Amino acid sequence: MSVDATLSFEEAMEKYDPVLGFEVHVELNTKTKMFSSAPNVFGDEPNTNVNEVDLGMPGVLPVVNKAAVESSIKIGLALNCKIAETCRFARKNYFYPDTPKNFQTSQYDEPIAYDGYLDIELEDGTVFRVEIERAHMEEDAGKLTHMGGASGRIQGADYSLVDYNRSGVPLVEIVTKPIEGAGSRAPELAKAYVAAVREIVKNLGVSDAKMERGNVRCDANVSLRPHGQERFGIRSETKNVNSLRAVEHAVRYEIQRHAAVLDSGQPIIQETRHWHEDTRSTTSGREKSDADDYRYFPEPDLVPVVASREWVEELRATLPEPPAERRKRLQADWGYSDLEFRDVVNAGVMDSIEETIAAGASADVARKWWMGEIVGRAKAADVDPAELGVTPQVIVELNKLIEDGKINNKMATQVLDGVLAGEGAPAEIVEKRGLAVVSDDGPLLEAIDAALAAQPDVAEKIRGGKLQAIGAIVGGVMKATRGQADAGRVRELILAKLGVEG
Amino acid sequence: MAAINRDDVAHLARLAHIEMSAEELDRMAGELAVIVDSVKTVSEAAGDDVPATSHPIPLSNVFREDVVGHTFTAEQSLSGAPDAYEGRFKVPAILDED
Repeated sequence: MSVDATLSFEEAMEKYDPVLGFEVHVELNTKTKMFSSAPNVFGDEPNTNVNEVDLGMPGVLPVVNKAAVESSIKIGLALNCKIAETCRFARKNYFYPDTPKNFQTSQYDEPIAYDGYLDIELEDGTVFRVEIERAHMEEDAGKLTHMGGASGRIQGADYSLVDYNRSGVPLVEIVTKPIEGAGSRAPELAKAYVAAVREIVKNLGVSDAKMERGNVRCDANVSLRPHGQERFGIRSETKNVNSLRAVEHAVRYEIQRHAAVLDSGQPIIQETRHWHEDTRSTTSGREKSDADDYRYFPEPDLVPVVASREWVEELRATLPEPPAERRKRLQADWGYSDLEFRDVVNAGVMDSIEETIAAGASADVARKWWMGEIVGRAKAADVDPAELGVTPQVIVELNKLIEDGKINNKMATQVLDGVLAGEGAPAEIVEKRGLAVVSDDGPLLEAIDAALAAQPDVAEKIRGGKLQAIGAIVGGVMKATRGQADAGRVRELILAKLGVEG
Repeated sequence: MAAINRDDVAHLARLAHIEMSAEELDRMAGELAVIVDSVKTVSEAAGDDVPATSHPIPLSNVFREDVVGHTFTAEQSLSGAPDAYEGRFKVPAILDED
């Protein structure tokens, strides 16, 4: 495998202007498939979530899943698209074992949704509008595993094994118009766009939206043209870039590769590229050729889908608040600064904080816990903060224990340890672990006497009005009580004992 | 007369994975042209007021509720397969596509 030459990203940007385009496939989370009643379930025993329709048996009749159409319309609406009054399915003909029918049922010239846009907010707050060409309905293909050969890749494989469980899973393919003007922010925009689409379909509840499971898959088109030239350059299409980070890296890499090819005076070959996460580079797939002549024609086994305006409006009324608007509202409600809010979003704890506030905590308390102890522990355990096992109720209870003076902050972290160890609710753990703050003055007064006796010079200073010296005595008392005293109360008692006004 | 030449037929034959001899290509080029011309007469009969149709019955929105129905066992799925391995269809490696 030869390594392609690349230019530095900076040099590529000096010389060329990138144009992007994306095809994002979203797997819907309907209970059944697009055209058959077989279950749409990930990860089961191969070839068991199928029936005669998915296996392309002769003489079978596909029937459209109404829920999948509704999900598709919702996606179209969330992408600010027009919804077609009437649209049809088409057969996309090709021979490959991932489809047993020798065609994929898709939509061709009549997508269900078209002419939309999505406003993408970049990290520094810049808003970039991405125009949506279309969103159409189709079905997923089966999964091939290439066996033999050295690398598990198709090159050198001896044979392939096919599982059709994924065959017929409803897909919506979202296609952008060419994206111009992103300049050096193209890789960042690419990542932000795919992230936004993923967030939208997740928020709509129409997809599980897990990229690692292939619920959201991205093909990234990249071309370069000299600055000032209007005509687009020749593009490459990098397939199946399946993480947000990879989308950013793949676009960046392709820009650098294209720039090197153009600089050497060679033409770009219009081709499919494969992304390799290990080397963070792409390799040539195949050139676009006759094989892309799919001979689309209207699917004779399916009748048109007519989306009455009443139906579309009914569906529009069910749409949740768009994620970007929701973020703006939450930030305003919580009174976080831009920086604080961005950190919360990046840490993936916005939903958790919202739930915690709903459970009764203040916005500041919720942020303190989620961004402090919980994020730290989640990172150490390598899990998502929300999956650590801390419920909003736990935080509310912990905070109440602190506010009531029953425990201090240090003890609260020990109580949290107990919660995560499955020892029960915070109050129970305080009891079981004997963590309560010592509030009975008797033992405190004894400890204070001992501390004063141990440091008579300090006691003298305090009597003389040097109140800052009191820290040494408080420290001695805290040590003697193993941190279980309320420091504020200790201070009051010391002052009273020495007859000094605090 | 529709313009279907020998190269068009060869192209279609390749796309459809049909092996055709030189004589067959020559003959089909002529026959297909006649067939296309015959089908074209339909558009002479249909005026601008007749919408294009892909289905003989004027139906729309034939839907199914999203309810799980029957499935096959792996044995049933593979019962007609020329070759299988560990519950999956076994096919020759195909190198020139992805």
